[in-house]
Amino acid sequence: MSAAQTTRTADKPTEAPPEHRREWAHMALITIGPVVVALVIGGLVLIAMGVNPLTYYSYVAGRGLFSPSGLQATLTRMGPLLLIAASLIVAFRAGIWNLGGDGQFLLGAVLVAAAGPALVEIFPVWVVLIVGLLIGAVVGMLWSVVPALLRAYQGVNEIITTLMMTFLGVSLANVLVKLAFLDPTTTVPQTRTLPVEDRLPRLFDTTVSSGLLIGLAVIIVVHLVMTRTAFGLKLRVVGANSKAAIHAGLPVPLLTVLVFGISAALAGLAGAVDILGTQGNVRADWNPAYSLTVVPLVFLARFNGFGTIAFVFLFSVLSIGGESAARKLGVPNYFSLVIVAILLVVLGLTEYLDQRRQQKVRS
Amino acid sequence: MVGSSASPVAAQGPVVSLRQVTKRFPGVVANDHVTIDLWPGEVHVLLGENGAGKSTLVGMLSGLQKPDEGEILIDGSAIDIASPRQALDLGIGTVFQHSMLVPSLTLVDNFTLGGPWWKRPDREGVAARMREQASSIGIRIDPYALAGSLSLGEQQQVEIVRALMRGSRCLILDEATAMLTPRDAEQLGELMRRLVARGLAVVFITHKLNEALAYGDRISVLRLGKNAGAMEPQVLKSADTSAAMAEVVRMMFGTNAFGEAESGAREMRAVGGRPVLAVDGLAVDDGSVPLSGISFTVAAGEILGLAGIDGNGQKQLAEALAGQRPIRSGSLKLKGVSLEKAGVGERRSHGLRYVTDDRLGEGTVGTFPVSTNLLLKQIGDRPFWKSGVEQPAAIADNARRYVGEFDVRTPSIETPVAKLSGGNIQKVLLARELSGAAEAVIFAKPTYGLDVQNIRSSRRRIREAAEAGRAVLLISTDLEEILELADRIAVMSQGRIVGTVDNDADARRKIGELMSGMTV
Repeated sequence: MSAAQTTRTADKPTEAPPEHRREWAHMALITIGPVVVALVIGGLVLIAMGVNPLTYYSYVAGRGLFSPSGLQATLTRMGPLLLIAASLIVAFRAGIWNLGGDGQFLLGAVLVAAAGPALVEIFPVWVVLIVGLLIGAVVGMLWSVVPALLRAYQGVNEIITTLMMTFLGVSLANVLVKLAFLDPTTTVPQTRTLPVEDRLPRLFDTTVSSGLLIGLAVIIVVHLVMTRTAFGLKLRVVGANSKAAIHAGLPVPLLTVLVFGISAALAGLAGAVDILGTQGNVRADWNPAYSLTVVPLVFLARFNGFGTIAFVFLFSVLSIGGESAARKLGVPNYFSLVIVAILLVVLGLTEYLDQRRQQKVRS
Repeated sequence: MVGSSASPVAAQGPVVSLRQVTKRFPGVVANDHVTIDLWPGEVHVLLGENGAGKSTLVGMLSGLQKPDEGEILIDGSAIDIASPRQALDLGIGTVFQHSMLVPSLTLVDNFTLGGPWWKRPDREGVAARMREQASSIGIRIDPYALAGSLSLGEQQQVEIVRALMRGSRCLILDEATAMLTPRDAEQLGELMRRLVARGLAVVFITHKLNEALAYGDRISVLRLGKNAGAMEPQVLKSADTSAAMAEVVRMMFGTNAFGEAESGAREMRAVGGRPVLAVDGLAVDDGSVPLSGISFTVAAGEILGLAGIDGNGQKQLAEALAGQRPIRSGSLKLKGVSLEKAGVGERRSHGLRYVTDDRLGEGTVGTFPVSTNLLLKQIGDRPFWKSGVEQPAAIADNARRYVGEFDVRTPSIETPVAKLSGGNIQKVLLARELSGAAEAVIFAKPTYGLDVQNIRSSRRRIREAAEAGRAVLLISTDLEEILELADRIAVMSQGRIVGTVDNDADARRKIGELMSGMTV
């Protein structure tokens, strides 16, 4: 690059619009392309199972997206999923692989489910809801203390410790449901149920829980904090190059603990929103495993909050529609996970090919 | 020893010869028409600073890289060494600085790893041959010990045994003593002598001059990728240690004759006596090179050069001064303010700056834009962030200003910094560290790996920083650079400052003596 050219671009740093647009088109292609390819491959799997993919997909879309009740269920499901996604975005952007979201979610959920019906007898509903959300966040946070300290001060790999804590957390949640918080009035082992009128308010005249708003608000705030603030930048520096963070004088262990705390609190909050908004109680052996399900979605969106909203919406449609399709067409419930898994593989291949292409362009 | 062992095989000629070998990497000539002969029965010491081209040379001999020009002769005939396996088949074995053994396996299993997968390895047979080979060179190894349970020195002995069992006639020890304890290093030296007594050709690469003279029969010095000089066995044997040492230092650090007045040298400037940076009795813990008793002062406008062979604690000192590494004892004062307990940020705000030599590893975040990297040490500060929220206009203005002022050649201020050339990344670092209220600046190897033009501009920045009244500590392994820039020169060796001299006409000789471990 010649000096004259550099000076000119340095004086006027705004990139030329066509290049910008081309970059956008490229981003859209490598983001939406894999989705289409995954749906096609998923269709082939359906054919192998003896199901017409067009029937399946149109049924899923009809039930998850185009029927009023289905759409409302889809939007309600998005609430906790968005919170989980926000939890993962904070952690992943800071280079910390908190894969313990399921344990944090479930313990938050169980304690909220236990506290909610008890508190509602004493306090007004709005107090119960706020306290419930706080309980979920705090419990989730507490469940990350061990991995956080081990990672921050001993350098112990958090992937292992958070996964282990999830095993413990899921088991502990079950124990709590069956032994401590068992509802004596039912035969099924579950906690007492929070009355429908004491749950998170519904939006307007629909059945959509206001958990959706909490989820949307949180993920947008998280996105803005991570991309627009000094705190977010510090976390991203730690995530991108921890040696540079030390060189720049950032308190890396403290930031690591904070990231764990925020991430786990959001996972616990997701549990609280799911209980206070939708479930009302926790049945024994209930574990929706949202966290590990959302991981690929967050990757698909490249940790971008707005992109994640789109993918979470898509996944909600798939899973709500898929649940109906399971009953109607005999395709197992888990097929939506198969689609996500295929999507992830296709995404990985796309990324690999894209990088090879870019290297070729450069050389 | 040399005479007795070399004479029976001397008639054979060299085992391996490099003839006018050149190897280029993008932007650098790593080896420039290098010619070296490796004779049987000799320890051939290869000396040179980091970046002198030793590793590239080893890479070509061991089949990892191919020369662009010139040829490698084995027993007198030119051969293309296409792969590490072929190098082994040709009898060239390499022992690297870091162990290549799998720590969780026993030695026998390590040795049988390369065998065909469908065959059951003959563990007993291999173990027996290992013992036999080891005892023939006067060492003992337990074939059934876990590799990870051995010390580094023992692991290297095992690797030498492995190389011999594969029929090596030429053994390359790449910085083999760099990580060893003195005792292990001594044992390795004795082992080398026994190996050459059996007629092997040993290439011994080291930074340490005393080892080179103690164990070497022949010395070749590389400098900036070229042959900088060599000492024949008869010269080396007849010269007394200190004379040989001085000669080697001269070859390593510059070919100018001793008394020659450096035309490029700075005139001595009157430097105000007020010390800005004062370090007294500094001690720092470190696994490989702990520091102790480090004391110096740098006055405003003064450049104190810190010379020394790489790996003698320079990096540890720079990190301890910058606040990245805890100080065990001693004091660090900047304009009278004690900073030994302060963190990186506090030291920076007092005006202590550190231009690291690890530009992409710790100096910058490669995937982040130039504009962000320029503010990496000021995240959250006004006016670039207000109440913690970034102000893109202020950040962009700052970036444009420094990109212009420091002539950073970048397509845009949003370009990820890793996409820039080394020289431009260095300009980003210089802009960041020299801006604002800098009082004292530590430069660590500021021109390492740069091209001539960027070397010149970096040195100009250093000089300008001093002329602007800042105290400058210039850490460099390039003696020419220090002689060109510094007012006074301290020499570092094994975690201590072994002497400080004024940069006068006699400085080069005195530094050479200090470096080679003699007292002035």
